[in-house]
Amino acid sequence: MLSVSNLHAAVDGKEILKGLSLEVPAGEVHAIMGPNGAGKSTLSYVLTGRDGYEVTEGSATLDGEDLLSLEPEERAAKGVFLSFQYPLEIPGVPALTFVRTALNAQRRARGEPEVTAPEFLKLVRARAGELKIDFDMLKRALNVGFSGGEKKRMEILQMAILQPRFLILDETDSGLDIDALKIVADGVNALRGPDRGMLVITHYQRLLDYIKPDRVHVLAGGRIVASGGPELALQLEREGYDRYARAA
Amino acid sequence: MSVIASIRARDVAELPGKRDEDWRWTDLRGLIREAPEPSRPYSGDLPAGPFAGLAAEEVVIANGEGGAHVDVLPAQTRRLALRFVSQGDGGHAARASIAVEAGGTLVLLESYEGQGGYLGHAGLAISVGTGATLERIVLADDSGDGVTVSQAEVHLEPGARFVQTVLTSGARRQRLETHVRHPGGHAELRLDGVYLLSGKRHADLTTVVTHEGLDGATTQLAKGVVRDQARGVFQGRIVVAEGADRTDARMGHHALILSDRAEVDAKPELEIYADDVACAHGNTVGALDDEALFYARQRGIPEAEARALLTEAFVGEVIDRIGDEAARDVARAWVAGRLAGEG
Ligand SMILES: Nc1ncnc2c1ncn2[C@@H]1O[C@H](COP(=O)(O)OP(=O)(O)O)[C@@H](O)[C@H]1O
Ligand SMILES: [Mg+2]
Repeated sequence: MLSVSNLHAAVDGKEILKGLSLEVPAGEVHAIMGPNGAGKSTLSYVLTGRDGYEVTEGSATLDGEDLLSLEPEERAAKGVFLSFQYPLEIPGVPALTFVRTALNAQRRARGEPEVTAPEFLKLVRARAGELKIDFDMLKRALNVGFSGGEKKRMEILQMAILQPRFLILDETDSGLDIDALKIVADGVNALRGPDRGMLVITHYQRLLDYIKPDRVHVLAGGRIVASGGPELALQLEREGYDRYARAA
Repeated sequence: MSVIASIRARDVAELPGKRDEDWRWTDLRGLIREAPEPSRPYSGDLPAGPFAGLAAEEVVIANGEGGAHVDVLPAQTRRLALRFVSQGDGGHAARASIAVEAGGTLVLLESYEGQGGYLGHAGLAISVGTGATLERIVLADDSGDGVTVSQAEVHLEPGARFVQTVLTSGARRQRLETHVRHPGGHAELRLDGVYLLSGKRHADLTTVVTHEGLDGATTQLAKGVVRDQARGVFQGRIVVAEGADRTDARMGHHALILSDRAEVDAKPELEIYADDVACAHGNTVGALDDEALFYARQRGIPEAEARALLTEAFVGEVIDRIGDEAARDVARAWVAGRLAGEG
């Protein structure tokens, strides 16, 4: 599914990713853990094509298809979804309008028919209910004045509606209390399936109690410095990142 | 210095220009080298105006011919389309007076339409009585070769309500000016504006409000989007005279500049000579938020569509404040059309 090989990327001329390699097969959930400043968010932006993140070497493909030459919206239409560490506020655009615009744009790009307004509302009502999101909130401008936890839940709602094939969750657990964390984890787990891959970026192992990863990778100094099973997350929780920060 | 005098006397020396402090960003003296001939009468069929079908009454002032004296009597509720239409390369000036007497209600749907390289002036005298409401919506879709100056003098009685939204796509040079004498006394005033400029168009929204009595409120929100080599000018002055205590004045002007060669000049001014005044003003000029743009694109919205969505939402805040529903729909459609590159 996702294949990243020897990826080097720079921001403002400063190299942040320094030869990162990673394979996430379809059907698997991989966790990326690492200290602050390791380059976790940078990886998520490079994979989704944000301006200013310059790839200097290496490759990233999804099902064998090069991602790095595509525009952000083309990657989205291929099914790449990023749940932002800090979701943006979109003044003046109601959440419903934003999500419907996104869904229909993706469907058009894939040559699928657009969803009608009643179909869309039915879909949103069902998903919002599962995520315990008040429907009236969706009439407000997206994320404007929302709490940190509400913004994260809105990310998951968009994910549930857009049904991406490859999910990147960047610190989706931050700012969530335990109840919200469980709701969000349920939303993510509902999307697990043989055709989907997920990259769960987190600083703490807590999230991984709820979203059980198949593999855990340690990102430090712009590279994957260790990989293992779920037990690696527990070890990191006990011992911290010091050992890897030094190794990097 | 007066545009009307210049048109009447065919004397360019009478035109205001950059040496006049209030006109330094909208220099007519430097632009117009030769006084135009007087405009000939309008010829041909008049196309439908932008507010067609929205008002029972329509008054057309074409190339300065015709006039309007509208008196809305107490307890009357009326809707009026007032159209200033220009054609050809001549000069013309027109006057209209609108009075809404105590307790009356008027929705004034005013438009500027034109074809050619004209120099046109419109002078409006507006008065709103106690307990009366006037909602004025101005849609200015001038010719890109034309020069238009519209100047409205507004007189409010205590307890009057005057709300205005000016929407413009500019002209070769254009100034839409509103002066309001605010008596306080719980009279309510809103002076909103939108300018959407492309090519080499120029629009100048100038407003001057003078609060002369206790307990007056003014709110103003102007937003602009300029691209190409267009230039937007916003001059908003609110004067709170001595003794006009408990005045509440809020002014906001925000512009998006979508190209390196576009320009916005803004001068928001609050001159306060009274104590005990609540005032707030904000003024921002910048580009579309790159992060919001990336966020929308990450969700699959193509760049051009994402830009249009965010820009329309930016302007939408002003459109949402239009009270008259039918006019609001016209305004919203006009904004969408302009931003999609129509016209
Ligand atoms: N936009 C940026 N401009 C400059 N430096 C940046 C930018 N984004 C990230 N960095 C730098 O890149 C490094 C990695 O940051 P980031 O990817 O956010 O780390 P993480 O998500 O692992 O905490 C840090 O040293 C950070 O200061
Ligand atoms: Mg981060």
